[in-house]
Amino acid sequence: MRYLPFIFKNAWRNRRRTALTVLSLGVSLCLLGLLMAIYQAFYLTEASPEQARRLIVRNRVSLAVPMPIYYRERIRQIPGVQEVMISQWFGGVFRDSRDPENFFARFAVEPEKLFTVRGEIRVPEDQKRAFLAERTACAIGRPLAERHNLKLGDRITLKGDIFPVDLELTVRAIWEAAQDDEVLYFHWKYLEEGLPNRRQGMVGTFTILAASPDAVGGIAAAVDETFRNAPFQTRTETEQAFALSFLAFLGNVKAFLLSIFAAVTFTILLVSANTMAMSVRERIREVGVMKTLGFKPGGIVGIILGEATVISLAGGVLGCLLAAGLVSAIRNGPAALAMLRNLAVGPPVVAVSLSIAVFVGLVSAAVPAWSASRTSIVDALRHAG
Amino acid sequence: MKIPLTYNLRNLVVRKTTTVMTALGVALTVAVLLSVLALLDGLRIAFQSTGNPLHVLILRKGSESELVSNFTREMYQVVRAKPGIQRGKSGEPRASLEMVTVVNLPRVDSPEGMNVTIRGLMPVGIEMREDLKLLRGRWFESGRREVVVGSSIAKRFPGAEVGKKIHAGSGDWDVVGVMEAGTGVSNSEIFADLNQLSSDYNRTEVVSSALVEASDEVAAQALINDLNSDRRLNVEARTEKDYYAAQTVSGAPIQYIGTLVAIIMAVGSSVAAMNTMYAAVARRAREIGTLRVLGFSRGSILFSFLIESVLLALLGGLIGVLLTLPLNGVTTGIGNFVTFSEIAFNFHVGPKTITTGLIFAMLMGAVGGLFPALMAAKKEILIALREI
Repeated sequence: MRYLPFIFKNAWRNRRRTALTVLSLGVSLCLLGLLMAIYQAFYLTEASPEQARRLIVRNRVSLAVPMPIYYRERIRQIPGVQEVMISQWFGGVFRDSRDPENFFARFAVEPEKLFTVRGEIRVPEDQKRAFLAERTACAIGRPLAERHNLKLGDRITLKGDIFPVDLELTVRAIWEAAQDDEVLYFHWKYLEEGLPNRRQGMVGTFTILAASPDAVGGIAAAVDETFRNAPFQTRTETEQAFALSFLAFLGNVKAFLLSIFAAVTFTILLVSANTMAMSVRERIREVGVMKTLGFKPGGIVGIILGEATVISLAGGVLGCLLAAGLVSAIRNGPAALAMLRNLAVGPPVVAVSLSIAVFVGLVSAAVPAWSASRTSIVDALRHAG
Repeated sequence: MKIPLTYNLRNLVVRKTTTVMTALGVALTVAVLLSVLALLDGLRIAFQSTGNPLHVLILRKGSESELVSNFTREMYQVVRAKPGIQRGKSGEPRASLEMVTVVNLPRVDSPEGMNVTIRGLMPVGIEMREDLKLLRGRWFESGRREVVVGSSIAKRFPGAEVGKKIHAGSGDWDVVGVMEAGTGVSNSEIFADLNQLSSDYNRTEVVSSALVEASDEVAAQALINDLNSDRRLNVEARTEKDYYAAQTVSGAPIQYIGTLVAIIMAVGSSVAAMNTMYAAVARRAREIGTLRVLGFSRGSILFSFLIESVLLALLGGLIGVLLTLPLNGVTTGIGNFVTFSEIAFNFHVGPKTITTGLIFAMLMGAVGGLFPALMAAKKEILIALREI
């Protein structure tokens, strides 16, 4: 510890090199922080209390294949089920489909159940009543209203692609929720009326609200068991697992994140090792002087390791700050995946980033420190630098 | 007067530890970029090699994919009678009514199973796909629950092989053959008899799409215009090639993330290269002074150090390419959001990808080397010679 001022002085001696190394480490660690934040948001985030009570039922074969509507009554009777709501993905084209900003979720639901099943939705009472009363009404999340500049009373046209029907909707409610708030809900009955006979009576997904979070596992098994021998088998999973299955569809995201993670870690190890090797090589003569003054090999190793750690820790702090900035930019942008809304550089991410920084510092300086401590005084003093 | 290149090469060799470490950093960055590019390239090849320019795919207006499209038998009869359609061997127009849906196949590494496209077609549909070959087994017979699977499916799903059964709709289907169509997407599909499949899914009247073959390119365009303006039909026609080319967007999320990661890593690596080059300049101050005394200009010193940095990065780029080469030909699969099913394809490390990687590396070297080289060029002779 008493060498600390000396370590700082050393680190500050070649300012440009230190600054460049810190910058390089910072940028790389920012990437690591971002990857970890994504990993955490996808795989390690606990469901919110409301979300933990919801399950999604879909056709076992594929989301694209619907199931009969009478399943709703059968599901309703399963113990622990508080409510079952039709939720039909509509798809469709809003304004111009070529602009990704115009893509957002549109669900046909049973409006009277919506605010029970999604209990976390906050909406003014009068707007809620207006939405429930009108067959062609729709309710949109606040971010959508802001992005597309929609106000109460505005008309929206959705051109059907999955369904052979175009919908004329009127915005009657603008709601708020902490998560999944880029959604448009409208009356399922309105959709059903517009469909040809052969397409009626089928539903893409049901959302189940369980009486308590503990009942969720039992309900999922019971639902799938009920329809085991039915013409359309089901797959029931928690809302969170359902969202993750979309991610799995993109490919092996976990392996993708982890392999980039490994490549980046190895790269910063190289950068830091290179810097420390250069610094030590230039100071071999000093090491000789220090030894002459009575520094033990252990002390010299400590000083060099300390310097590497100080530099890489500074890189780690910079990386965390950069990552936090990047994350908030992503969080506030239009997100394709609702889960990215959970993105945050929290204490676990910071802790892991900084540990990696320390680890990199220590490992990268180990070889130069060891060889410097072993150099004999005479050789060191003679070193040409 | 130019400083010989061997001067730079020798310098890189003398400081081999530093050279290797810096180059490896560049190599990893290039490797990440190249893997992403190779993936996208493979995806592009799979989609672009599918689709005959003479084939016209007809979907219901507003449908972006066969999966969500509806097409009735009645519409098919109207389409069949259009002029400009190529006649087949039997004299019948080459027009195939098709049904497309997805089935879920179990796989060892994903117990939930993956979705795969299953296509019901008429015999003429198979005849029209001329690049389609049967690898083993035989074609399905009409009116029976038999399927032929694409070669990628047979490779990726252990249950999809001749003699085994897969579950689709309301029953089990026998796998009777394995087919291959170059590198196209048919390799990731399952083919079955249209009538059997549509009755299994209760969709006998309304299926998905129609595929017709025009007699030549001019006729194809005329046919497309004719179909699109026919108000009775209310359809959207396009060449099969255009349809598949548009599906390359499935790679967009990977493209965005991959490019972002590569750029962030590139910043880190160029800064590291800069560090190395600054150290090189500092250590060789006396050499620089000597070179100046010998008559080399500031310009040639600037150029020499810049070249050295680019060479260093190029070495890294080459290592990066070597690291990526084993990926070439490896089969992978990603979800296709247009068809809601998995498409399998091979990584492709082509000359274009490699060139991009090397240029990317040299760019990192140039950025990293510019400021150190400027510093070297600015050194005053006397001061440089006095430095240790």
